[in-house]
Amino acid sequence: MDISSKPRQVHPPLIDIRDRGGPAQPMLRVRKLFKHFDLKKSFIESLAGGGQVVRAVDGVDFDVFKGETLGVVGESGCGKSTTARLLMHLIEPSGGEIIFDGETVGTPGLSLREYRRQVQLVFQDSYSSLNPRLTIEDSVAFGPQVHGVSRREAIGRARDLLARVGLEPRRFAERYPHELSGGQRQRVNIARALALEPRLVILDEAVSALDKSVEAQVLNLLMDLKDAFGLTYIFISHDLHVVRYISDRVMVMYLGKVAETGPAEDLFERPLHPYTGALLSSMPSMDPDQRTQEAPLTGDPPNPINPPSGCRFHTRCPMAEPVCAEQTPTLASVRGQRKVACLIHEIGSGHSQADAAIYAA
Amino acid sequence: MTDAHTPAAPKCPPSPAAAEAAGPSASAVGSATSTATTPVTEPAAGFATAATKVSDAHSPALASEPPIVSVRDLTVTFNPGKRPIKAVNGVDLVVRRGESIALIGESGSGKSVTLRSLLRLHSERRTVIGGQIDIAGHAVLSLSNRALADYRGRVASMIFQEPLLALDPVYTVGAQIIESIRRHEKISVADARKRALELFERVRIPSPERRLDAYPHEMSGGMRQRAMIALALACRPQVLLADEPTTALDATVQIQILLLLRELQRELGLAIIFVTHDMGAAVEVAERFAVMYAGRIVEEGPTREVMHNPRHPYTLALMQSRAHGAMAKGARLASIAGSPPDLAALPPGCAFAGRCVFAEPRCHEIQPDAVQLSELHRARCIRTDATAAGMPRIEPATV
Repeated sequence: MDISSKPRQVHPPLIDIRDRGGPAQPMLRVRKLFKHFDLKKSFIESLAGGGQVVRAVDGVDFDVFKGETLGVVGESGCGKSTTARLLMHLIEPSGGEIIFDGETVGTPGLSLREYRRQVQLVFQDSYSSLNPRLTIEDSVAFGPQVHGVSRREAIGRARDLLARVGLEPRRFAERYPHELSGGQRQRVNIARALALEPRLVILDEAVSALDKSVEAQVLNLLMDLKDAFGLTYIFISHDLHVVRYISDRVMVMYLGKVAETGPAEDLFERPLHPYTGALLSSMPSMDPDQRTQEAPLTGDPPNPINPPSGCRFHTRCPMAEPVCAEQTPTLASVRGQRKVACLIHEIGSGHSQADAAIYAA
Repeated sequence: MTDAHTPAAPKCPPSPAAAEAAGPSASAVGSATSTATTPVTEPAAGFATAATKVSDAHSPALASEPPIVSVRDLTVTFNPGKRPIKAVNGVDLVVRRGESIALIGESGSGKSVTLRSLLRLHSERRTVIGGQIDIAGHAVLSLSNRALADYRGRVASMIFQEPLLALDPVYTVGAQIIESIRRHEKISVADARKRALELFERVRIPSPERRLDAYPHEMSGGMRQRAMIALALACRPQVLLADEPTTALDATVQIQILLLLRELQRELGLAIIFVTHDMGAAVEVAERFAVMYAGRIVEEGPTREVMHNPRHPYTLALMQSRAHGAMAKGARLASIAGSPPDLAALPPGCAFAGRCVFAEPRCHEIQPDAVQLSELHRARCIRTDATAAGMPRIEPATV
């Protein structure tokens, strides 16, 4: 069944009555978001009041505009999944502000409950994120019932959505998660996320565990659903090819901080941050005649428990100078919609290439 | 299929001498490499001498040498009895000394099962293995337990996807390497440690002396994978089996490990069988591709030929379903309809026929034979003409 050929409007219109701020108001503004996890303290450390913290997310600022797909890329430990969980308030932020369509989350203007109705998350592991004792129809219908929809209506909506994600309700509705393949289960998770008619869907490595052929099916489905329901996506992945393909804008994270953001094509064509460049050239080449000859970076990403001082990338950066270890770069606009946190792109930062780079830009 | 590479080469199945060498006596296995049919230089003589063999890995002279890995009609069935799962259904594979081949496939294609069979890692009680596996003169499937233990690590060794699970958490990595060396060679602890240190330097672990005394959990992911490669190379094997060695690693670390494997293969003259689902990673390492589907190799050939001119519809579809670099925004990805077949109930015909855009009624009835497309390139499909003709973009499909 081809979804794209008949965009059947099961669900409400694209101009959303829930839209308060208008099209210019970003769907989500995140300001100075922090999450530090305390490590287990030894007795002496607890006397001294110290102890180590994992700086999983360390002051992250970004906007998500209405109707766009924001891709988030980075290596393990960069804080991209922690960011997803913070946005859903699945874990409490240590600090910072999340503003959804002009209202700060957790204030009388927008309760956490109402916020979660409008923002949904799809996880990587399609199996562990479904209740094994519920049929998939019940799983999808569960959320709306919590939010006060009658069981009959919720089941009806669930069946609609299952058909919508390509699972024929008559064949699949009564099945349990273990009776489905990985790709089918991920479709169920997507249907469940849509059951509350959210406006923003966070996809945390949602296609990473799928085989390539199935991944393509699910990516196509995600794009169809985005058009049909007027959704906004935050698409988190380590696969740069997929992120480039699906995203309008991309945010690159490194060790709990944003390294660079910008429109997808521009960012992939002309990376400004040395880390983005290294990440891009680390992708295996698909051409047997142009194999990679030299690894762009050495070593692993450092431990976020004691991140390097100054610019966090300076320990692996090919352009690093002494100043990079001392001065922390700020995420600032360079040209157009591009923002980058790198001393090379900061006027008067003291990096020898700083002024030249800005002149060239 | 096995000797299609070298039609002119004398058929060289392992000689009786080699079979004897594979016998239960431990000392015989130690010298197996010299009693094997291959008249070439002593392969275990050390890293330095093997390095000289690199450049002519594909010269005609070496092509006539019997392959170091020869798998014929391998079948693996799990859970024989009630509901047998036919994971591998007739795999033929030939790998020469110093050659690297990638087994590519999705989950359930039988690529890892094939690889594990080469070390006989499957539970004997619940697995039935058929066919023949010969590696450097050892008939792997008929080795006694003792001989098998001598063979593992010494002739062929494996690196796994998740080093944290593969390494023993309660011993330092150095101790594990020393143990492995001393299992196979009469050598003092001090000498074994010296060799472990050389190995760590070889795989470029920073401050190797200190790292030998580290426990696996104290190392980062990339470092652990390097340590596991060092462990796998500890007894100077001739064949390295790599089971998705970079899948769990970050992008910037993955490329380092791929380049390391390529360098080791070149310098030590290793034969590498590299199992992966990632074509990009395979291109970086392998000279030859073998694409697997439902327990069979459906297409095999030199990397360049398979990448530029895929002839099996599955290979073609796999490449077209990838999101790649400069794809037009909003263009739909070509996807393969349906999902892989149930290995407990394989269809009588081509296993891919149900998802194949080129399938015709005949495809559902007969099991296609390999079609020789060029000297080294073949595909198991009766419609290889269709894939070659214009390579039409496969229509997007759902479910």
